[in-house]
Amino acid sequence: MNGNLSRAFVNRRGRVPHGNFELYSWLFMRISGLVLLIIAVFHLFYMHFAIGVDNIDYDLVAQRWTNPLWKIFDFFLLLFALTHGINGLRYIVDDYVHKPGWAVAVKSFIFLVYVTLLGLGAYIILTFQFTPESVQAALP
Amino acid sequence: MATRTVYRRGVPILEGLRYRGREGMFAWLLHRASGLGILLFLALHIVDIFLMAFGPEIFNELLVLYHAWWGRIMTVFLLFGVLFHALNGFRIIVQDFWPKLWPYERQLIWIEAAIFIPIFLWGAYQFLLPIFEH
Repeated sequence: MNGNLSRAFVNRRGRVPHGNFELYSWLFMRISGLVLLIIAVFHLFYMHFAIGVDNIDYDLVAQRWTNPLWKIFDFFLLLFALTHGINGLRYIVDDYVHKPGWAVAVKSFIFLVYVTLLGLGAYIILTFQFTPESVQAALP
Repeated sequence: MATRTVYRRGVPILEGLRYRGREGMFAWLLHRASGLGILLFLALHIVDIFLMAFGPEIFNELLVLYHAWWGRIMTVFLLFGVLFHALNGFRIIVQDFWPKLWPYERQLIWIEAAIFIPIFLWGAYQFLLPIFEH
């Protein structure tokens, strides 16, 4: 398995991987890519063509999140899309930032952005509690 | 394989554009640009969805991002990026796991374009139509 993987890596990049982390991050891009091909494209088309942008507002998002399946879907979409995107950004940094000190600084910053965005997104998706207007009106 | 040099990383963007890698180089460049664009949008999208925490007034106010005419133009770019990145990424994965397809890279890219163009044009038309109806 590892041999075939390394060969596929070499075919693509024209060199051997620096280590297991690079090899598996490369594999991760392929696996998450296939997952996103289904869920991200579905999300974009579903929200635009099945629901329609004009029908999206606070109530609609809140209603969707009353269904735990949509919460799980949104959470995995967030996790895969952000991790795939940030890892891609890391590749770009590798290509254009050559001074080791700068590379560490830029990648640390990117990692901080990753943790922050993942935290914000996961927090709202997983902890959001919908209070319907009728219930809100009855509150003191 | 001559096309392999197309994927040499660390090539400055302008040099990349000058370099005549044809379809492969063009796909590589668009893949990178669309990836960056999608990531930028994703960051914005996470923050705007996070605003759900501040209640309906603030959240609905912010939805102008998607409802305004310039928001719709942004979504057309998003559709372009996501659709291209998805199809091109799929081609990359197919080539990686079926190395026999490597010599047919150009043909694969043209198949990709044939799938991309009609879906994108139809989607972009749907996205932009409401601008003219208001």
